[in-house]
Amino acid sequence: MSAARPTDIACQEVVELLTDFLEGALDRKTRTRLEQHLVLCPGCTEYLRQLRLTIGATRRLSEAELPEHVRTALLDVFRHWREGA
Amino acid sequence: MASPEPSGKTLEEPPVPPGSSPGLSAEDRLVLQRIAAGDEKAFLALVERNHRAMVRVALSYVPSEAIAEEVVQEAWIGIVQGIAKFEGRCPLRAWMFRILVNCARMRGGREARSTPFSSLAPVDSDAPPSPETFRPPDDPRWPGHWAQGPEPWADERLFNAEAARRIRSEIERLPPNQRQVITLRDIEDWDSSEVCELLGISEANQRVLLHRARTRVRKALAGWARRAEP
Repeated sequence: MSAARPTDIACQEVVELLTDFLEGALDRKTRTRLEQHLVLCPGCTEYLRQLRLTIGATRRLSEAELPEHVRTALLDVFRHWREGA
Repeated sequence: MASPEPSGKTLEEPPVPPGSSPGLSAEDRLVLQRIAAGDEKAFLALVERNHRAMVRVALSYVPSEAIAEEVVQEAWIGIVQGIAKFEGRCPLRAWMFRILVNCARMRGGREARSTPFSSLAPVDSDAPPSPETFRPPDDPRWPGHWAQGPEPWADERLFNAEAARRIRSEIERLPPNQRQVITLRDIEDWDSSEVCELLGISEANQRVLLHRARTRVRKALAGWARRAEP
């Protein structure tokens, strides 16, 4: 699973740069080295894919429903304020 | 802002004429007008959009979900009471979360000594550890390259209820600052600049925290999400 050809950046470093890469925070030179590495390295490509999947799956946690008792309690807070105001 | 004020008096911000609040989007302004007019629907919509994120952020300061819910309720009281005086120098959400963080910090300070944070709880490992490893730095040919690369995942499993449970539980175990960042960035989809401003951290620091958090969440999924051997 190691890189098929020598590159000047090791997998262990690549893995640590992936959030900076996804955030567009790498300087041009480092980004190019990283992209070249990804082309040659199935291990790092798979790791990046899994990181993206992880981010997508994490995003879905926001879809949870708001419990009814919370809604009721906060509506009470609001009405209490409105009547006092 | 440039010239220093004479005498020691605090610099008072100039009053902001209605409709020209610099930090507010048109949408924020509309929400504020409606809420100030007593519109319950507008208030509930604001709750719907922000409550869960507030609980998650509060959870990184206090030891239990029950206390986090109390803190968020307290923050909502502060928000409702302050909303008429809010002048819109920053986006509505930034202002709301600042109130929340203040409430959570105060409560967290009181609770910290009595109860351990959930992030200190022992890690339960019901899934096999993720198998990937790197070659040692003194490897003659490929130092720092994969010795055993990541195994392919059964991707469809990532979007079922068990994956959500594993992600949630790993996020709860993260150190508080990592938990805050991954919650706001990856669950709530905030911009990095908003997160940095709320938490008072630099962009670079934010990326480090986000990367550590994502790495741990990926790792918590890796052994479990592995594609079954044919």
